[in-house]
Amino acid sequence: MTVALAISGLQKTYANGFRALKGIDLEVRQGDFFALLGPNGAGKSTVIRILCSLTAKTAGSVRIFGADIDRNFPLAKSFIGVAPQEFNASLFETPMQVVLNQAGYYGIRRPVAAARAEEDFARLGLWDKRNEQCRTLSGGMKRRLMIARALVHRPRILILDEPTAGLDVELRRLMWRFMTDINRRGTTLILTTHYLEEAESLCRSIAIIHRGELVVNTATRELLGRVDLETLVLELAAPLDQLPPSRFRLRRVDATTLEVDVRRETLLNAVFAELEQSAIRVIGMRNKTSRLESLFMGLVQGNEDSTRAAAAALSAAAGD
Amino acid sequence: MRVQLIALATIVRKEVTRFFRIWTQALVPAVITTTLYFVIFGNLIGRRIGEMEGFAYIDFIVPGLILMSVITASYTNVSSSFFSAKFQDFIEEILVSPTTNMVIIVGYVTGGVARGLCVGVLVTLVSLLFTELRVHNFMVLASTVFLTAVLFSLAGMINGIYARTFDDIALAPTFILTPLTYLGGVFYSIRLLPDFWQGVSLANPILYMINAFRHGFLGVSDISLWSSYALIFGAIVFLAWFCLHLLNRGHGIRT
Repeated sequence: MTVALAISGLQKTYANGFRALKGIDLEVRQGDFFALLGPNGAGKSTVIRILCSLTAKTAGSVRIFGADIDRNFPLAKSFIGVAPQEFNASLFETPMQVVLNQAGYYGIRRPVAAARAEEDFARLGLWDKRNEQCRTLSGGMKRRLMIARALVHRPRILILDEPTAGLDVELRRLMWRFMTDINRRGTTLILTTHYLEEAESLCRSIAIIHRGELVVNTATRELLGRVDLETLVLELAAPLDQLPPSRFRLRRVDATTLEVDVRRETLLNAVFAELEQSAIRVIGMRNKTSRLESLFMGLVQGNEDSTRAAAAALSAAAGD
Repeated sequence: MRVQLIALATIVRKEVTRFFRIWTQALVPAVITTTLYFVIFGNLIGRRIGEMEGFAYIDFIVPGLILMSVITASYTNVSSSFFSAKFQDFIEEILVSPTTNMVIIVGYVTGGVARGLCVGVLVTLVSLLFTELRVHNFMVLASTVFLTAVLFSLAGMINGIYARTFDDIALAPTFILTPLTYLGGVFYSIRLLPDFWQGVSLANPILYMINAFRHGFLGVSDISLWSSYALIFGAIVFLAWFCLHLLNRGHGIRT
């Protein structure tokens, strides 16, 4: 399988001494739907900004479809499209002007760009607004315009920085369908998001960055396989005053809601059989948190714990 | 090469569209200001002044006033446009693309030159309401106005690169450009000044441009034509190199 993006030993230290990236190694395969996750300030945006030349790296190498950004940046740039989280087009231009200009910067002639813009505007529900000034667009429309702009040169890798943040459910679903569709057509997608269920359901590979270091980089399925304990929320048909004796870890949230912790190997039938014996009828069930969210919190928390432990050890050593 | 040419055409189209979209701010004020100069200094006061270097006073100041409006328009067009692109982050549209830094500079400078020349043509047309223009050497006139517009577009771009606030955009025109222009021989020949101030005036680069431009119209100049061309060319080469150096370093646009 062709490697779309190969990052090796990527480091970034800002002028004030802050080390945003401490040596990232990462590979994204062609055609992958890849999630780049991490808490705020983890270094995700720094990686993206280095890929599209908005930030200069301190050390390491980046190859995009084999093109090294130090040796052949114009070619490497032509492979990438970026839809940033924040709107960064002129507010006084129309969506059509924004997209046509972007195409021009990539050397695409206007008739070709106009045909592509029409196609993408129609798919993204922006057609009616194509000739309105950008300042009149809603937040969701601006977000979709960023995607249309990123796509106009038909990049082989599309980077979407939190494309669904702040969108309503309907728009979010439209974006999911759109992303899945362009990925099926062969575009490699790299997605950053804070909605972990989004990454869990859409992405085939996941990397997690924390404090400038890569803590996870694996297939989504493999990652979710590591989740051992899940909490299920059970909605009851009738109010329950007191918890029945149980071999499972049951908790009463309120009169008609229970929570139960189940291990991966536990048969849910056994849980329900026991509830049945106690004449408790369940009319609904859901996961308390997404599996990925549990894992993500564990990894980030674990990383912080180990950092704190290391700091404590250093302090102790200094005290000695 | 084809990619870069299309990118260049895109930047130029965007810049020209921008200043025509805001024509009431970009083109009209210069015309009104210079009209007032023609009325007050040319007609009302000029009649009492009499001749300057053998020409009616209004004929003497017309070239300087035209070039002054070209200088201001070229400079402010690029400084404000480039800074706005930085301020609203849409400079990133170009930075993420394969467009080279040289093409970015040429594109923005062409936009500045286009606005400068538009303003220059409008002011020239207005001047025809007040006097009959004569042209001594069209090539000198055209080359001087073009090169001056290029020079001040480059200077405006450097201002735009360094600027962090809108105040920074206004500082250079207010405290450097306007005084140098007014003291650059728009309204008088430096031969009227005492020797010491004549020497000081020679350190003002705008003096060379205004005199070369006046030579194109009237055939008279306080400065040798070749000194003027040498200074303008030298300044363009230096500013272009400096501008490219700043963009290559990512000054103000990359972290």
